Amino acid sequence: MLEVAVRGARGEVRIDAAFTVAGNEVTALFGRSGAGKTSVINMIAGLVRPEGGRIAIDGDALFDSALGIDLAPDRRRIGTIFQDARLFPHLSVRANLIYGMKLTPAADRYVDFDQVIGLFGIADLLDRRPASLSGGEKQRVAIGRALLASPRLLLMDEPLAGLDAERKNHILPFIERLHREIAVPIVYVSHALDEVLRIADTVALIADGHIEAVGPVEEVTNRVDLQIMTGSDQPDTVIAAEVEHHEPEFGLTHLTFPAGTLRLPTLRAAPGTPVRVRLRARDVSLARSRPTDISVLNIFSGTVGEIDRPDGAQGAANVAVVTDAGLAIWARITARAVHDLELRPGAPVHALIKSVAIDSYGAGGLGSARQPGRAI
Amino acid sequence: MSLTAEEWVAIELSLRVAFWSVLVSLPLGIFFAWLLARRDFPGKSLLNGLIHLPLVLPPVVVGYFLLVLLGRNGLVGAWLYDTLGLTVAFKWQGAAIASAVMGFPLMVRAIRLSLEAVDRGLEAAARTLGAGAARVFATITLPLIAPGLLTGVVLAFARSLGEFGATITFVSNIPGETRTLPIALYTHTQIPGGDLAAMRLAIVAVVLAMVALIASELLARRIAARLEG
Repeated sequence: MLEVAVRGARGEVRIDAAFTVAGNEVTALFGRSGAGKTSVINMIAGLVRPEGGRIAIDGDALFDSALGIDLAPDRRRIGTIFQDARLFPHLSVRANLIYGMKLTPAADRYVDFDQVIGLFGIADLLDRRPASLSGGEKQRVAIGRALLASPRLLLMDEPLAGLDAERKNHILPFIERLHREIAVPIVYVSHALDEVLRIADTVALIADGHIEAVGPVEEVTNRVDLQIMTGSDQPDTVIAAEVEHHEPEFGLTHLTFPAGTLRLPTLRAAPGTPVRVRLRARDVSLARSRPTDISVLNIFSGTVGEIDRPDGAQGAANVAVVTDAGLAIWARITARAVHDLELRPGAPVHALIKSVAIDSYGAGGLGSARQPGRAI
Repeated sequence: MSLTAEEWVAIELSLRVAFWSVLVSLPLGIFFAWLLARRDFPGKSLLNGLIHLPLVLPPVVVGYFLLVLLGRNGLVGAWLYDTLGLTVAFKWQGAAIASAVMGFPLMVRAIRLSLEAVDRGLEAAARTLGAGAARVFATITLPLIAPGLLTGVVLAFARSLGEFGATITFVSNIPGETRTLPIALYTHTQIPGGDLAAMRLAIVAVVLAMVALIASELLARRIAARLEG
């Protein structure tokens, strides 16, 4: 278990952050840029000294201002992956990979070279120089290098931020495999919700140097009071579901979750596979009476909960629909529609979600047989 | 054109003086460059000024200070002679010291500039991989500043080959001991009929300088190729 409670000033931001990471989970340290994510990571790694607090792994203090403990970064055994990979330019890929491994006593090593090479698909790169690698290759080597030092914790500081969407989607499966196959806790820093939904089990939401909430991904991302801190301009609904069955003749997959079922285009995943689903507020429509003869497959009846007109929304409003089964779904519709439909809290309403608009993700640590992928 | 034995002696002496002055000043140069590039301390500007002083002072003044400091009756020289029986006055080792002092600002400057260009993030990454500060310096920082080290060494070596004023003031003009190539050349210009010998030594000086430049260029390319893969 990782315990973090740190204070300190970094530029404009006052850091006063506390959270814990249990077991071998992936915890996303999530917040918009400038929220202090990197400062917290640097404090955990030992690269920046906090003014006070305590950082411990499994009860061993790495930093404790009360006890006067402050281990040097090289004695913390915390693998750190930086946004800019930071491969040593004068060394070959192979020499980069074994740099930390050589410094780790054999008794402390829990992965071997060939295993990591296989895991990240970098066998063909070993004799190359870092300068000749693509951004995605560099990042895979950087993760492999950190892992080969057999760290007690892996810190990933926006490892995909410098990559385009295609490269990102190429690397994410490697990180997912890492999480599946190697028992090491990971703190994953990101400001991108889709990355968090895809690989994290737990979210620690950080804003202005403070941890505002810690909890399961669905719980934290669905809290509307927090969404402004994530940099999102509209509330999305995140649901933990499970593949129920497929409907091959129509190319559909049925997902179940406690408050209902969702139909979406076929997911390549076996029944029982946990899936995380994101319903974007702008893809949800509302109707006062239950529509018939309509292409939309997912219709939830309920009542209007909260109506929120955020500043700067320019004629748009966010409407929460509380379904009869207790699920809250957010819809982003025009203020005009709110007026015309006479929507007010308590009014009966139906939420309509087009199947093809639903994004699904592998569900973090919800299960071991995760099969990530966008709905196809 | 064949060189006389005396001229060969001057050339060998110049190379020996340059070699030792660079070898001894290199670790000190790295240390002071690191101090100036990476550390903040009171008196940093003063130290920086002191190191750069030989660049702007007349070399004769530097030679004179060395004489006052390290001469047989000098402040430090007298003590060295009395306790250890050592002296560098009128010795080739003294010429090497004069060269080292004159070349030191050039060396420190080149190394400092390349140290300042090193991405500190790479050093931080090495720390997180388990390498202590000293190991990081040896395995990451030093290889990355290799081009700066090479530049510093070449500049100091060249400066040493050309050193005249501080050397002749400090250790005089003793054949076979302190009469380096430039001093030998100067001596020939002062004797009637020495023109031809002076020309021969001037040509040798040009050849030595060219060889040093070409060698450093080749080495720099190899280092760049290693760094850029």
